[in-house]
Amino acid sequence: MYLVNTETVKSFFNELGALSLFTGRFFTQCFRPRYELAEFFRQCFIIGYKSLPLVALTGFIMGLVLTLQLRPSMVDYGVESQIPVIVGIAIIREIGPVITALIFAGKIGSSIGAELGSMKVTEQIDAMEVSGTNPFKYLVVTRVLACTFMLPVLIMLSDAISLYGSYLGVNVKGVTSFSLFWTQVFDNLSFNDVLPAFTKTFFFGFAVGIIGCYKGFNSSKGTEGVGRSANSAVVMSSIMIFVIDLLAVQVTDLLGFN
Amino acid sequence: MDINKNIPDSESGTSQPVIVISDLHKSFGSNRVLAGFSISLLKGENLVVLGKSGSGKSVLIKCIIGLMKPDRGTIEMFGKNIPDLGAMELDEIRVKVGFLFQSNALYDSMTVRDNLEFPLRRHWIKLTQGEVDDMVMNALSDVGLEHTVDMMPVELSGGMRKRIALARTLILKPEIILYDEPTTGLDPITGKEIISLMVDLKRKYNTSSLIISHDMNCVRMAGDRIAVLVDGICYATGTYEKLKQLEDSRVKQFFE
Ligand SMILES: Nc1ncnc2c1ncn2[C@@H]1O[C@H](COP(=O)(O)OP(=O)(O)OP(=O)(O)O)[C@@H](O)[C@H]1O
Ligand SMILES: [Mg+2]
Repeated sequence: MYLVNTETVKSFFNELGALSLFTGRFFTQCFRPRYELAEFFRQCFIIGYKSLPLVALTGFIMGLVLTLQLRPSMVDYGVESQIPVIVGIAIIREIGPVITALIFAGKIGSSIGAELGSMKVTEQIDAMEVSGTNPFKYLVVTRVLACTFMLPVLIMLSDAISLYGSYLGVNVKGVTSFSLFWTQVFDNLSFNDVLPAFTKTFFFGFAVGIIGCYKGFNSSKGTEGVGRSANSAVVMSSIMIFVIDLLAVQVTDLLGFN
Repeated sequence: MDINKNIPDSESGTSQPVIVISDLHKSFGSNRVLAGFSISLLKGENLVVLGKSGSGKSVLIKCIIGLMKPDRGTIEMFGKNIPDLGAMELDEIRVKVGFLFQSNALYDSMTVRDNLEFPLRRHWIKLTQGEVDDMVMNALSDVGLEHTVDMMPVELSGGMRKRIALARTLILKPEIILYDEPTTGLDPITGKEIISLMVDLKRKYNTSSLIISHDMNCVRMAGDRIAVLVDGICYATGTYEKLKQLEDSRVKQFFE
């Protein structure tokens, strides 16, 4: 008995190879005209706007709960006043980007996978091609770019709302003025905290977009196939987010931001 | 209905071929789908390619429009060999060739109007908004569905969706139309309506059509000439009456 099925390993690498080719195709198509600007902006609006309420709500709860959970230990150590510092660093550097990206993967990754998947199986993608449209540019490039640029915006927003949630959390059992809270957060955040955290969000967005499109474009026939591509788009992009997060820490370390 | 009247004089050889397919091969792995298929579509004729499900009819028609590349063989259309063309040249040809998909392929996320406007706007044709609106309404009136212009495809019945797809195919006034199983999935009555619509529109715009089907109603009503696709080759050609009288069991199975 093998611990790992060799077929599984093989199909994993096949998948990885196919995804790399797909990514390569994205970069070659991305810079060549014709540029689908109108469709890109439409996708930015759809992708950004659709996720806004969810991201805001989860961000708010995250900040609030994190603060309430931290509080007892901080009180035990007698550093209650440092809560905003800790929460600020935790949210901006790690929790905000990763949680928001995961929610984004769940919402947008699955919807891209399902949308392109059903377009594929009902021949809509072929129909675009015979109507003088490069479906890869029109559907894939626009969505991937929209994800890449909208996720950072959503994450910034989520971070801000999280911190506001945290401010309310601090004030549940204590009193901190609004301005003191923000001063404490920002005085302890340096450029080196913010830049790597912000940079990795572009990669998160790119991963969600490209994996969703890849899964949709390679959807197998039938409604079951469409469901499967939506589902595996979420699973694969969530894993990818963690992998990128891990790599980001290493790279940041190597480059000396810390 | 006397459909034989529009047969072009293919026998006397005065009609020009608009598509010439020769020795087309296509395999998927070990699955040989086309194995030396050859046929010509003549100007102004309705050619029906008859074949069983899974015999490679959709593969054939997708090779013709350039959605699939054959392994070997040539497809000449408008003086070019389709498998050799790049994306830009294919787009130029596709303006003149309509394609009706087996599954209609209407864009679910767009209204009927946007579906019809899509090929107009994407093919780099300079048109004013007024011209676009006129062309959309003309195409819809050809299929008798003007009132659906602002509906979404999901709100339409199967037969209506097929008509809209037909309108989208016709909107650029193509010289050649390729139909992939225009009547599959429709009840026989709606199927006949679609066929007579196709025959009428063909008369009106004088197009040449290649129709892929395994529906004998469609073959009988629409086909000026019939080609039987068996085992990846063009096994027999002829008029409906001629093929019906053949004793060959592989042709006969379709007519029983
Ligand atoms: N993209 C593809 N990859 C692999 N095999 C394919 C592909 N497309 C078609 N085939 C195979 O080619 C064969 C012919 O398929 P095709 O869709 O042309 O059949 P068809 O004659 O149109 O049938 P139907 O009447 O059911 O539409 C089938 O065996 C199918 O499995
Ligand atoms: Mg078919």
